[in-house]
Amino acid sequence: MSVRFGIIDYGMGNLRSVRNAFEFIGADVVIVERGEDLAEVGAVVLPGVGAFGRGMEGLRSRGFVEALERHVRQDGKPMLGICLGMQLFAKTGLELGEHEGLGWVDAVVERLPSAEGLRIPHIGWNDVHGEGPLFAGMGHPSAFYFVHSFHVAPAHDGPFVSGRTEHGARFVSAVSMGNVHGVQFHPEKSHRCGIQLLRNFVALARGA
Amino acid sequence: MLKKRLIPVLLLQNGQLVRSEGFSLHQILGNPVHEVERFNEWSVDELIYIDISDDDAIDGRVDMKVRRDSSPLDLLESVAARCFMPLTFGGRIRTLEDVRARIARGADKVTLSTAAIETPELITQAAEAFGSQAIVAVIDARRRDAGGWEVVYDHARRSIAPSPSEWAVELERLGAGEILLQSVDRDGTAQGYDLELIRSVTAVTHVPVIALGGVGRLEHFADCITKGGASAAAAANIFHFVELSDRRAKRAMAQAGVDVRLVQTPPAQPNKGRR
Repeated sequence: MSVRFGIIDYGMGNLRSVRNAFEFIGADVVIVERGEDLAEVGAVVLPGVGAFGRGMEGLRSRGFVEALERHVRQDGKPMLGICLGMQLFAKTGLELGEHEGLGWVDAVVERLPSAEGLRIPHIGWNDVHGEGPLFAGMGHPSAFYFVHSFHVAPAHDGPFVSGRTEHGARFVSAVSMGNVHGVQFHPEKSHRCGIQLLRNFVALARGA
Repeated sequence: MLKKRLIPVLLLQNGQLVRSEGFSLHQILGNPVHEVERFNEWSVDELIYIDISDDDAIDGRVDMKVRRDSSPLDLLESVAARCFMPLTFGGRIRTLEDVRARIARGADKVTLSTAAIETPELITQAAEAFGSQAIVAVIDARRRDAGGWEVVYDHARRSIAPSPSEWAVELERLGAGEILLQSVDRDGTAQGYDLELIRSVTAVTHVPVIALGGVGRLEHFADCITKGGASAAAAANIFHFVELSDRRAKRAMAQAGVDVRLVQTPPAQPNKGRR
């Protein structure tokens, strides 16, 4: 089944590499700039690099907050959040002040704990202990590329946590809640495992 | 645990891939766009392209099959479209607009070398605009006859007063997210990294240090990490002249006790005609 993937442009960083990766695996992708454009796509990708508050502001000012609620939460269109895109699923973000997020996960986005000899931001390749369909067809654990200082800290552990990674302490590096998936790392920069993960997401969306 | 990285550095001169020795001898190696495809199949962790041209001329030699009209930014765009790993692009970056142009064309990070010395405030401005993780400051260090090292720039023709370690601390303070530390003396010599130089810098910095210059044998890679304290091992020439150097380098690093990303699965292939 042919599904068009909409990559959300909300002013948070470069979408080019995410787009390149989806094109590489033969997906039909478009960049969407307004909430109402989500009506035209079958699946949604929310990338993003930057601060939480500015990210929510970007979504709000372009009409994406209500559109995501409707198309993703109500109508069940498949969605993948990447890096900041996954963090915005949380109730609250604590980067540069306290900000309200999309509220889909009972979680706070807080700074990675620092420790002696630990470098923050967490930049580079690290193992993800992942489970579920997004991590099919690759080794366990598999290494992915990370660039971040904040992480999603859920109020309670639960089956929605689909990936964990260690940097000083263990943190949540992937979530899956029905049609909504999020990864803290950058699959578009993670070589073959990243490409495999995107293929898995595309397959899920086409089967949905 | 965060893995230690293996990074090929590709030098561009007038649109061609070249090798360098002692910062002055440059030999043409081939087409820079084809190289990224080869590296995508390999188990390297990132790629760094540095444009060392003095001007905008493109060496459009027919036998190299590089289009005459391809500027360094066009090359970057072609490379980025095929590069599913972090991509750093550097060389001849002087202004915030130069940084913006490279990031807009697909670079994840840029390197600042001469600009870091002549206009250090650019590091801060670029880090504020794009995040520290996008800014790699380059230190080119040359041994002094009297001992220690000096920081050189402008094709190693000029130098500044602070030592590499002092300059590294300053670069970090200004907002650099990583330091690419290159030994001018070891460039192209295949004698191994200048471990003493690397130690002098990693001992005083908190940001990751990428070591470059001198790798001649696969065993050299691990040294900059285990003995020098670097976060990433970079090299240029060995990747062009040693067969299967990427995976053999990774294996040599793992054997030396370095935690690296090892790859067994077959490379990713594009889907064709499935739109």
